[in-house]
Order: sequence, then C-alpha cells, then structure tokens
Amino acid sequence: MKYDIILCGVGGQGVLSVAAIIARAAMMSGLEVRQSEVHGMAQRGGAVEADLRISDGPIPGDLIAKGRADMILSMEPLESLRYVDFLSEKGSVVTSDHCEINIPDYPEKQAIFSSISSFGRALTIPADALALTAGSARSANMVLVGAASFHLPIEFSTMEEAVRERFASKGELIIETNLKALSLGRNFAEAGSRRRSG
Amino acid sequence: MDGYVLLGNEAVALGALHAGVSLAYGYPGTPSTEIIEYMQQVIEPKSGVRAQWCSNEKTAYEAAVGASAMNRRVLVTMKHVGLNVAADPFMNSAIMNIKGGVVLAVADDPGMHSSQNEQDSRFYADFAKLPCFEPHNQQEAYEMTRAAFDLSERFHVPVLLRLVTRLSHSRAIVRPNPSRDANPMVKFTGKDDFITLPATSRKRYAEHLELYKRLRAYAESETVNPLKPGDTDAPFSVITSGLGHNYFEENAEDLGFSPSVLHVNFYPLPEEKIRTLAAGSKRILCIEEGYPFIERLLRGILPVSVTVSGKLDGSLPPSGELNPDIVRTALKLPEPSSKVEDGHRNLAPLPGRPPQLCKGCPHRDTFKALNTALETYENHLVTGDIGCYTLGYLPPFEAIETGLCMGASITMARGAAQAGMYPVVAVIGDSTFMHSGLTGLADAVSSSVPITILILDNSTTAMTGGQDTIFESKGIRKVVLGLGVEPEHCVEMVPLPTKHEENSDLLRREIEYKGVSVVFAFRECIQTAKRKHTKEAKA
Repeated sequence: MKYDIILCGVGGQGVLSVAAIIARAAMMSGLEVRQSEVHGMAQRGGAVEADLRISDGPIPGDLIAKGRADMILSMEPLESLRYVDFLSEKGSVVTSDHCEINIPDYPEKQAIFSSISSFGRALTIPADALALTAGSARSANMVLVGAASFHLPIEFSTMEEAVRERFASKGELIIETNLKALSLGRNFAEAGSRRRSG
Repeated sequence: MDGYVLLGNEAVALGALHAGVSLAYGYPGTPSTEIIEYMQQVIEPKSGVRAQWCSNEKTAYEAAVGASAMNRRVLVTMKHVGLNVAADPFMNSAIMNIKGGVVLAVADDPGMHSSQNEQDSRFYADFAKLPCFEPHNQQEAYEMTRAAFDLSERFHVPVLLRLVTRLSHSRAIVRPNPSRDANPMVKFTGKDDFITLPATSRKRYAEHLELYKRLRAYAESETVNPLKPGDTDAPFSVITSGLGHNYFEENAEDLGFSPSVLHVNFYPLPEEKIRTLAAGSKRILCIEEGYPFIERLLRGILPVSVTVSGKLDGSLPPSGELNPDIVRTALKLPEPSSKVEDGHRNLAPLPGRPPQLCKGCPHRDTFKALNTALETYENHLVTGDIGCYTLGYLPPFEAIETGLCMGASITMARGAAQAGMYPVVAVIGDSTFMHSGLTGLADAVSSSVPITILILDNSTTAMTGGQDTIFESKGIRKVVLGLGVEPEHCVEMVPLPTKHEENSDLLRREIEYKGVSVVFAFRECIQTAKRKHTKEAKA
C-alpha cells in the first residue's frame, strides 16, 4: 500500500501544519512517511506545495511522480488546479472553497469551480463556514483534514488522536473545537460521496 | 518506534551532537538554516555545547578552524553561495593539520527554490582536494555527519557534507546510534599545523597531495561507495549520487532488467570502481543532482568506447532539480498511462503566484516612501541586496533594480556613483549589513561618494525565518558612526503608513546631500512581532 498526497495552498495558510497532522497520524498507524516542505521566502504569500508520501513499505524519494498522486489536498481552489498533472486516474481533489485573491490576474471564480467539478472525484468544501459552525474560523484546516481523512488509509480515531496531540498545549476548548471541525469535514466528505453514488 | 521524524537538516544537527561536537557556527541561509536552529533548541544550556550564528560564513568558518586547533569537534553550516564568502579560509584550511574534527555542512539549492544561483559545492571540495560526503536520505544525513567527524580526525582535514534543498527540507524517520563524548580541549602541538606562510604551505601542500592518494584509496572501499552488479546483458549501467539514486529506485522496477549500479556517497571518486563498472558496459548513465560533476570526470577516466550519458548529452536537463519524471525519461521508460485527463483538457493557463512582502511588513512603507522621494528625479538608481526586501524588485513597488550578492548594494552604489550616476540609493537589511555591508561602507566613506544608504532594520534575519541578528536593533548605528558617517547624516525613520510624508521628505533631504548618508528604517519584522505577541500571550 502506498498513498501519495500533494498538499497545496498559499504561503501562510498552514499547508505544513496540515501535512504534519496527517503525517503524525500515519506514523501512529505504523506507516512509513516522507514529507517535503517549503521554507524561507517562498512561503510568503506565494504558491506553496508539499509532498506527503505514506506507505507500508520503504519510500525511496521525497517527490511524487506525475500521474501518481492519490490526492490533491488544497487550501485554495486555484492552487488545487496547479498540480492536476500529478493526479492519478483514480485520485481525488479535496479543496477549500475559500479564494485567496492576492494577485491581480486571479481568474473568474466560477471558471475555477467548474474546472474543479469536472474532475469526477473532486470535493469543494465550505471550510470556513464549517469551521465557524465548529466554533472558530481558525479551524478551517481541520475541516479539510477531516474531509481528506475519508480517503486516507488511516483510522478516523487515529486522526482524532493526532489532532488532540497537536492542540494539547492549547487547552480543552481549542481541542474540542478542532475535533468538531474534523468531524464536520469528515461528514461533508461522506455525504458528498453518497450524493455521487446515489 | 525508536526514532525521530526529522528534516534532513535536523538529522545533520543530531548527527553532529551525537558525534561529540562542542561547537557549531553558521550564518542563516535557506536551505541550511535549520541545522543551527535545531541544535539551539535541543542543546542543554549547562552542557557547554554551543551553536551560534555569526556575522557571515567567513567568520563562522574561521571560528571553526580556531576551535579545531584546540582539539574540539566543530560543525560549520551555510548554503552554497555562503561558501563563496567562506572560500578563502576554506581553501587554506585544506592544507592545515586539522586537529579536532571540522565538518562543513553546505546546502545546495538545485532548482533555486530560494537562491541566487545553482552552484554545486562538490566542485569546492574537488578544488580544495578535500573529501566530501553526499547523503541521499535523512538517515544517511545523520550517519554521514558522524562518519565525517571521524574521517576529519583520521586524515586531519576538514570534510564537506553536501546537502540539497529537497533533503534539507524533507522529513523522514531517523534512528540514532549511541552518542560519543566531546573531545577535551588540547592546544595543537605542531608548529606549522595552523600557519600558511609560503615556506610552510609548500611543505604542507606536498603532504596534502600524498594524503589525497589515501583519500582516493578510501573511496574505493565497498562500504563507502557500493557497486551493485546487475544483469550482464543490460544495455547500460548507472552511476547515481545523492537524490538521483532515489529517483532511479522509484523507476527501476519498470525497467525489466537490472543495470549495474554504482552509488557515489563519497568523493574523491572511486576511479577503480568506475572502471570495473565500465568494463561490462557500453553506456553509462550518470544521474546526479546539481552540475555534471561526476559525468565530466568520467570522461577523463573511461575509454572513449564507453558512451557517457547525463546532463552533458541532454539525457538529463542541465539545470534545476531532478525528480522521478525526469529520471524516468532518462531511463527511456514510457510516461505513466494513468495521467488524469477529464477536466484538465479545458484548463486555461493558470496565473503564477509569486512570493510577496507580508501584509503589514515595514519594508512596504519604506519602499513607498522611497518611491515618493525619488519621483522628482528623472533618472536614478536604487541598488538592492539579499533579503526579503529583494521582493521590492517586483510589482507593486519595483523600487530596487539590482541584486548581486550579500553586501553588494553599497559597493555597487559606490561604483555607480563614481561612474557618474546621481542620485544613487543603496537598500540593505540589518543582518546583511553586518554580514558584508560594513566593509563596503568603509570604502564609500573613504571615497566620499554621494550615495544614500537605506538600512532596513527590522531586528531580525527575516528571509530565513527570523533568526537573531548578532547586534540588537539600533546597535548598528554606533558602528556606522564609527566608520566616519557624519552624525547629522546618520538619521532614523519609522516606516509606517501614517509617516509617509515625513519619511519621504527625510529621504529626499538625504538624497540631496552630496556625501555618504545613512538612513535607518526601524520597525520590527511583522512575523517576529507576531510570534513574540503569541509567546507573551501564552506566558
């Protein structure tokens, strides 16, 4: 078993912390993990991409080959489209619907969303809105992790454990908010899957 | 699980600590920065072990040679372009009789993720005739750092550890070995061990050339540079180094045969092994990251009947990072058929999203004020330097026009002014100024050129993630005055939107002054300010 994820978004959105939580949960499940990161000036408001590779056997390299990614997990819809060359035939796109417009030539939102929906296995999530329902706008990334978890070869309870660990130092209220965000994301992905198959 | 999940850089740091390192010196430069940062996080304050930032890579390297002379094991860290700054002591230290182990960890940046160029540090090791290790995963980064210290003391030479961004900034599980104690402090005893007068250097260089033969013999050992024989009828053999090996492995099972593979972990190159590999092959494919370093040397080692493929014959691209797809093409394997098609076909080209100055960054207000101040001049030059503020080259500011290397804003301004240009403004950050702006300022003052130097003092080394500068903010003012800048033309401003008029007036006044003037723009980096705020809120 191997599972390759391309994580993307805009510098400052928390791409690396999302990668870290999934990586941690994978390790708790006894899997091998390799995770590449983006450091330095490239993080400042620019396009950010990180590769996360999970496997039950050795993983030689840090980079995912074209056409091999099992998932594109994106914090931003335009960025989710930047890496579609890497997606495998059966791969999924999971993206937040929040547009980060910090460039003058940002395309029409509708064009972006229709491109995303033309992928059979794409899920666009109102991550900000669901995070607010959970109790904090700052938990949007946990909504995305929850939605992604629906596809991942990791038990949901292990994901919860990783989230609990991640926010352990921040107090029970923040842990609970993030766990709720995680569940809301998961439920949204499950419902989306039922819609497609139904 | 008996390991840690570490960045390649962190694995180097842990390897050095477990090798009994006493000191570590460096200058922050992406992608090398996290080596010293990690050490600073994990070193116990009472341990006596220190990891410190220095003014620049040259001072860091020289401090390391000093520590080695006292028998201590010492790590030096920098990025590839930093080794240019440290090249002087690096080259000379090669012929010193190193006492405590010296390991120089240099992070190259193929693909220029955050760098000015793509140079390959293996050439520096070759240039100095020094040994070089090149790890291809995080575990090796840990183990080779330890091996490099042992080798340094065994052969009495500094050892280079070549890293690349993709290894430095990727995480994987590292399983450590028992750690070793630090060396005691013992002063060197050989009279000419650490001196480079011509007479002593000639003698030591002759000895170094003899030593190089021993290093070459060491490179032939199987544990150092493994040669794995493949099928006798394979159409080609492969030489890999660094991450090239990983991308080969990713694709190897699709080949349908097993080529013989020599993986180079250690330089100088194992020439005998290369000849053994070539004896059974008509063609050798060389998969290495960076410059065609091994590939070029092969042409001097092998008979012309063997075809050498790699970057020079176009089998691999001459620049940029390697990846599994590039190596797949070099192996003449077909593209994977599983590529996604639906939706993708209709996609219009996506706009790029380059990095930009943070919202609320003080440099934004400084550039706005500078642009306003310069509006009235038909022609002007603004020289730039290496830091976050290099982004001032891009829209919306387009405020700076040059960027050569650390410290060059001031020295280029001097040259431009003496060439007849007026007005000339040099923009430089506080950390960069201490790195290599000081000497340029001395030159400018000594020749009384009409230039305005704008020191963007945000109290940190921002571009690499906010390391402490060696002087606290405002401490630099004393240095500037000490170099002879007139006190009335050593002035300060606070870059804030509310002070735009005031600041642009001040800048225009100093630009009008026909001597060296220095303007400090003081305001803390928005990122370090935020972090401090969060920390205080927690406490």
